[in-house]
Amino acid sequence: MSNEIEISLYVLVLAVPLGLELVRRVSPLLHTPLMSLTNAISAISVVGAILVAGNGGSPLLSKILGTIAVMFATINIVAGFLITDRMLKMFKKKETVSK
Amino acid sequence: MNDSFWQAAYIIAALCVVLSIKWLNSPVTARRGVLAGEFGMLLAVVGTLLRHEIVSYEWIVIAFVAGAAVGAPLAYLMPMTSVPQLTALSHAFGALAAALVGSAEYFKDVADGHPTTGFKMVAIVIESLLGYLTTTASVMAFGKLQEIVPTRPLTYKGQNFVNLLLFAFAAVLGVWMIMEPTPGWVFPTFTALSLLFGVLLILPIGGGDMPTVIALLNSYAGAACAAMGFALENRLLIIAGALNASSGFILSVIMCKAMNRSFTNVLFGAFGQAQTATASAASSKPVRSATAEDAAAILESARRVVVIPGYGMAVAQAQHKMRELSDVLGKRGVQVDFAIHPVAGRMPGHMNVLLAEADIPYDRLHEMEDINPDFPEVDVALVIGANDVVNPVARHDKNSPIYGMPILDADKAHTVMIIKRSMNPGFAGIDNELYYLDKTLMLFGDAKGFTGEIIKALSANK
Repeated sequence: MSNEIEISLYVLVLAVPLGLELVRRVSPLLHTPLMSLTNAISAISVVGAILVAGNGGSPLLSKILGTIAVMFATINIVAGFLITDRMLKMFKKKETVSK
Repeated sequence: MNDSFWQAAYIIAALCVVLSIKWLNSPVTARRGVLAGEFGMLLAVVGTLLRHEIVSYEWIVIAFVAGAAVGAPLAYLMPMTSVPQLTALSHAFGALAAALVGSAEYFKDVADGHPTTGFKMVAIVIESLLGYLTTTASVMAFGKLQEIVPTRPLTYKGQNFVNLLLFAFAAVLGVWMIMEPTPGWVFPTFTALSLLFGVLLILPIGGGDMPTVIALLNSYAGAACAAMGFALENRLLIIAGALNASSGFILSVIMCKAMNRSFTNVLFGAFGQAQTATASAASSKPVRSATAEDAAAILESARRVVVIPGYGMAVAQAQHKMRELSDVLGKRGVQVDFAIHPVAGRMPGHMNVLLAEADIPYDRLHEMEDINPDFPEVDVALVIGANDVVNPVARHDKNSPIYGMPILDADKAHTVMIIKRSMNPGFAGIDNELYYLDKTLMLFGDAKGFTGEIIKALSANK
């Protein structure tokens, strides 16, 4: 097993319990925004898509697939963050609701 | 640009991502969480664009613009009732992006003359399998939510066997690709099988189970992203993917518990069977009904009212009227709270969003475990558009399909009022015992219209 793989596996075994712990603490009130936010966040896969699409050494087919991937990931980034914020804006405490 | 710049950007982005979810633990800090996420994303993207191996930008910029042009209107124009559909679509997009990158990586290595095998191929196989199957499964879920695809479970004889066979075939191809360089047809076949498997996975699942399915697909999409991180040796992707996968996993477990589904059912995606409704004939037992004026009088003299909303309320667009009613009652000194069952909406937490949209303050929204002990002291439980989640049958009738499902204890309130169009049973097709109790009043009518009439009657008795 190469060193790189070992480090990646370490990251994974730390990130999963951290994720479980963080998500367990999220108020059930916000489970829908949680899902749209995590969708936006995992669209960080756009990084991988850019690396394939913009790489000079990629064959044409890979560039095309990568570019389409950039587009879909971007839809998720934009739509995910915007709708999460749109939802969160609606959650108000009693005093702040217009009386 | 030297490597340490993007490396630093990635590390800070990873921190932002973690903080983003941490801040979502309370509505007070939640919007800060979104900002942190956006900042992390910006760093990651800029860092990547500055890497020396990126030489061509034109296509990437075009893809950015196209993506933003589609994404922004989606986010602003989607009505809140359709958020589950949008979520299903974004699972499809996210998973497809991951799968396409996996394919692109594969073809790049083939073109370079040294086809991938071994560990990197393990990552690409998992990434593509999960990515492609989640794509079609999410599109199917979208179709069921939007009711383009029939929402009832589609089953046929030997279905599980066919699915298993298909999956085994895909797995064999996957292992083959990991072991040694394969002929050109193998990867495309593997892709086609994964796509087909996603469709077959959703066919047997009923529309009512979509909350669990969406959460599960959320998890799969995250796992595909993490697998991409392994294929590209990019730890930022591993962290973000792992967070998303664990989030979807927890949400699907919560949904499962709320519907009393077993855990193995979730993992194998074989749920849905239990839902084949054992439609009991509508019983002819007598029920007591009441008019809007009667209801207004009872509500007015109550001290504490708990509203139990279901998806039917959202379908009737009655949440704004309900907020009006709770305001009118609140002004007369009646305490009005909302009891939210975990599966009240079409996805986890959906009902909270719908009520928040109607300007109901979130400290009035209570989770099932928090409010259930209060019901014996509640004067009126007002059920609107909900059915199975208040059916006492779930507590004691072992033969009922919903036996064991946790419910809101509406039957323990002093008086129960149910706004309902007719006596038709809910989606599980089960008769609701609650309707026949002596303390229950049926308010027959359209949820929005009837709530409006109660408000009118209340202002008339001023």
